Amino acid sequence: MTGPTESASPDLLIIGGGIHGCAAAFFAAKRGMSVTVLEKDSVARHASGVNAGGVRRLGRDFAEVPISVRSMEIWHEIGSLLDDETGFQIAPQIKVAENEAELAKLSERAEALEMQGFRHEVLLDRAQLRELLPAVADHAVGGLACLDDGFAQPFWATTAFRRKAEKLGARFIEHVAAERIEQDGTGWLVTTASGIIRASKLLVCAGAWSGALAAQLGEDAPVRGIAPLMIVTARLPHFCDAVVGAAGRPLSFKQMPNGTVVIGGGRRGIADPARNRSEILFSQLNLTAETAISLFPIMAEATIIRSWSGIEGCMPDEIPVIGPSKRHEGIFYAFGFSAHGFQLGPAVGETMSELIATGATQTDLTAFAIDRFENHRRSQGGQQ
Amino acid sequence: MVSLIDDIEGQITFLFEGQPVTARPGDTVASALAAANTRHLRDSVVSGEPRGVFCMMGACFDCLVEIDGVQNRQACMTPVADGISVKRQRGGVEVAL
Amino acid sequence: MSERSDIVIIGAGPAGMACAIEAAGKGLSAVVLDENPAPGGQIYRSVESVGQKRLDILGPDYAKGKALVSAFRETAGIDYRPCSTVWNIGSDRRVEFSQGGRSFGILAGSVVVATGALERPSPVPGWTLPGVTTVGALQILLKGSGVVYDDAVLVGAGPLLWLLAAQLVDAKTPPKAIVETTPPRHVLGLLPQLFGSLAAPGYLRKGLSMMRKVRRAGIPHHSGATNIRIEGDSQATAVRFESRGRSHHIASSTIALHQGVVPNQQITRLLQCDHFWDDSQKCFRPLLDERRQTSIQRVFVAGDGAGIEGAASAEMQGRLVGLLIAAEAGHVENERIDSLQSQLKREASVRPFLEKLYAPSSEVLSPADETIVCRCEEVSAGAIRKAVDDGAPGPNQVKSFLRTGMGPCQGRVCGLAVASVISQRTGKPPEDVDYYRIRPPLKPLQLSELAAYDGASPDKAVG
Repeated sequence: MTGPTESASPDLLIIGGGIHGCAAAFFAAKRGMSVTVLEKDSVARHASGVNAGGVRRLGRDFAEVPISVRSMEIWHEIGSLLDDETGFQIAPQIKVAENEAELAKLSERAEALEMQGFRHEVLLDRAQLRELLPAVADHAVGGLACLDDGFAQPFWATTAFRRKAEKLGARFIEHVAAERIEQDGTGWLVTTASGIIRASKLLVCAGAWSGALAAQLGEDAPVRGIAPLMIVTARLPHFCDAVVGAAGRPLSFKQMPNGTVVIGGGRRGIADPARNRSEILFSQLNLTAETAISLFPIMAEATIIRSWSGIEGCMPDEIPVIGPSKRHEGIFYAFGFSAHGFQLGPAVGETMSELIATGATQTDLTAFAIDRFENHRRSQGGQQ
Repeated sequence: MVSLIDDIEGQITFLFEGQPVTARPGDTVASALAAANTRHLRDSVVSGEPRGVFCMMGACFDCLVEIDGVQNRQACMTPVADGISVKRQRGGVEVAL
Repeated sequence: MSERSDIVIIGAGPAGMACAIEAAGKGLSAVVLDENPAPGGQIYRSVESVGQKRLDILGPDYAKGKALVSAFRETAGIDYRPCSTVWNIGSDRRVEFSQGGRSFGILAGSVVVATGALERPSPVPGWTLPGVTTVGALQILLKGSGVVYDDAVLVGAGPLLWLLAAQLVDAKTPPKAIVETTPPRHVLGLLPQLFGSLAAPGYLRKGLSMMRKVRRAGIPHHSGATNIRIEGDSQATAVRFESRGRSHHIASSTIALHQGVVPNQQITRLLQCDHFWDDSQKCFRPLLDERRQTSIQRVFVAGDGAGIEGAASAEMQGRLVGLLIAAEAGHVENERIDSLQSQLKREASVRPFLEKLYAPSSEVLSPADETIVCRCEEVSAGAIRKAVDDGAPGPNQVKSFLRTGMGPCQGRVCGLAVASVISQRTGKPPEDVDYYRIRPPLKPLQLSELAAYDGASPDKAVG
């Protein structure tokens, strides 16, 4: 492995080798920029490598819908775009309503989206739900679905972006952390344990570790580390083709092509970003297990083989920071995806490369501005 | 050929694939099946190839069987009991919905 | 309300039993959780219940276990829970386990990991066929149930190969052949190691007497075996190998493999204790301080789980840890502690000799491309090498690509073999290649059991 040296001075230095960093590296390299990605651990080590792999537009915060829709277009072509294995498969994403009140809420949401011109979420009645999910419990009354959403293998997908970016000339430096960021004329100097890198522009995609970097730049981004957790079962006979959530309870549920079932979306574990550790609290997982069994009675026979969690950055309003710095020329951010960033990766990478290369993007990033928390705090009149 | 080196009093009968098997107190499901010269306990979930006892100490999970309808039981870690029904664990069986 | 215990000991082999005897003897509350239905671990398995015939076959080193098991049973204050499978330990030292289809949690003042050793993986072509087991498995069948095969071929390296062969001779079902991967005896070259050892003469005498017994029984013995492959379609039918320039083919339905034993790292890895690579033992070991505490506070290891030193040392280490934890609570017995520590040094002095004598075969450390390494997910050595070439630097990335170690055994069987293949392919030492991150549950857990679990223990007044 070659370490950074003073002579290496790319157009763009990306801090963080998750899916957003790798996708941005790919799109920027494709535009002809020279790119270096700095990753303190290994690529896809945290949330990007170990999430549940849902590629979902369904149920997104309205602010995220346009970028999520764009991302889905890229996912649908990802095989030919990256010429690599990402494990992406089209599959319905379904939110199951367990009573009429929940179904009514889902219906309202579908209508509201349609008013804005989005028709990707469709309401399912009782019979339609069963057609898509034959194993669903009897009490389920309907649902909301995105029929051509899907899922992918997160580690493969992130690695595929990295490999393609490397083919286009991007350089990846792993196991080297960005320690200090300083302005240097029109560019930026990033100090690491194994040397200094000078870059014209800087993109911070460091997940839960982004807050400290933004703070060095005088920007307040209240990102905290969370540990979403997943459990996976031994292989079961094939019974489910969709990625399933529940309208009234936290759940993310899907059967992989090999028959294993991945269950997540419930309680979170303990995240310790400072020590790169996270821990699962099984004593709090009983509700998740109960929910899975009550939606799919076949799960009563299932055996948990493994669990895992990855450290992810979460914002107070649970939507990410995406966009330029409000204080400095040449600094950009994309982090704090609050446990639903995987699907957004491709479009965020595309948008950021456009913004960084041309100085503008057609995507409306207002809702994701980094200074939204400062403004909020000022209007609240408090510091914390 | 398999044989037993000593006599132990008491007899336990259980079913393997519907057929009665005799076991002795102290047997695990795996040792009782070994004594009955049964080697094939499950099919691999990946290739469908037959598998049997490998480590006998709960580490390798190659002796997974279905016991009284519950899958993924380690035959080598489960004491045998009168009347239980043990079946080979099959790989990619389709579920009837 | 969560149950608490001064010490929770995991494993009721010699180390776990001895630790419980010492700690409970000093008035500490000690819970012993063990997966098996009776105490003894693998080494003294079924020692309480076997008849005289089996005791005679298994020999005096096995029969010695009877006294320890009795003392364990008779020591007041030991809360022994058989058939209890530990599936997680939290950073708050909540030990979570399954017993009789229900899960419980106990908060431990100290955790003592006494989970012993596993047999080193010996991937060779055909090793997934029914009829192929480990040598340890055949010994467990003999100890636990008196089950023996009359056509066993024992393949590999290590003292257990000779011990089981001698026991099978006494059981009147001698093995059909012994196929050693170690070269013809090179004891002379090991004299420097022998001179360093105070305990060696005893081990050497025992070893030679086992070999004599096996030789006298006229069992064919091959050494320096290479290119080992097991044949068969749906069941092992033969083993093929080369030895001293000749090809051999031995028909058998019972092939037992062995390449020595290595620490069972599952719990110390789960707890993210620091580990180091021991190049003499060719395995990872948890890093311990002089009190046998890991890098995680109040987590101790006694017995072969910290490095292979054998049953006698395991028992002494268990006593030592029990006494040291009791000493913190004010029951100081410095003389016994000092004496145990010097005995342990004496015992350890024989290891370099044994490790040299029974070094694992280079073939299992570097299996051919077509050989399956991960038995659960059926991943070949060649696929692992390709993943390394495609940029996976260690076992965790290989796992993400290929599912190695993601099956129900959680990498127990393939972990060291995968690390070894990666290490050779990358040219990096095993320590830098690292090992699987171990995820809970340590053993498969029913989803319905988790749904009924709230972290607490059963109400003992009711139970």
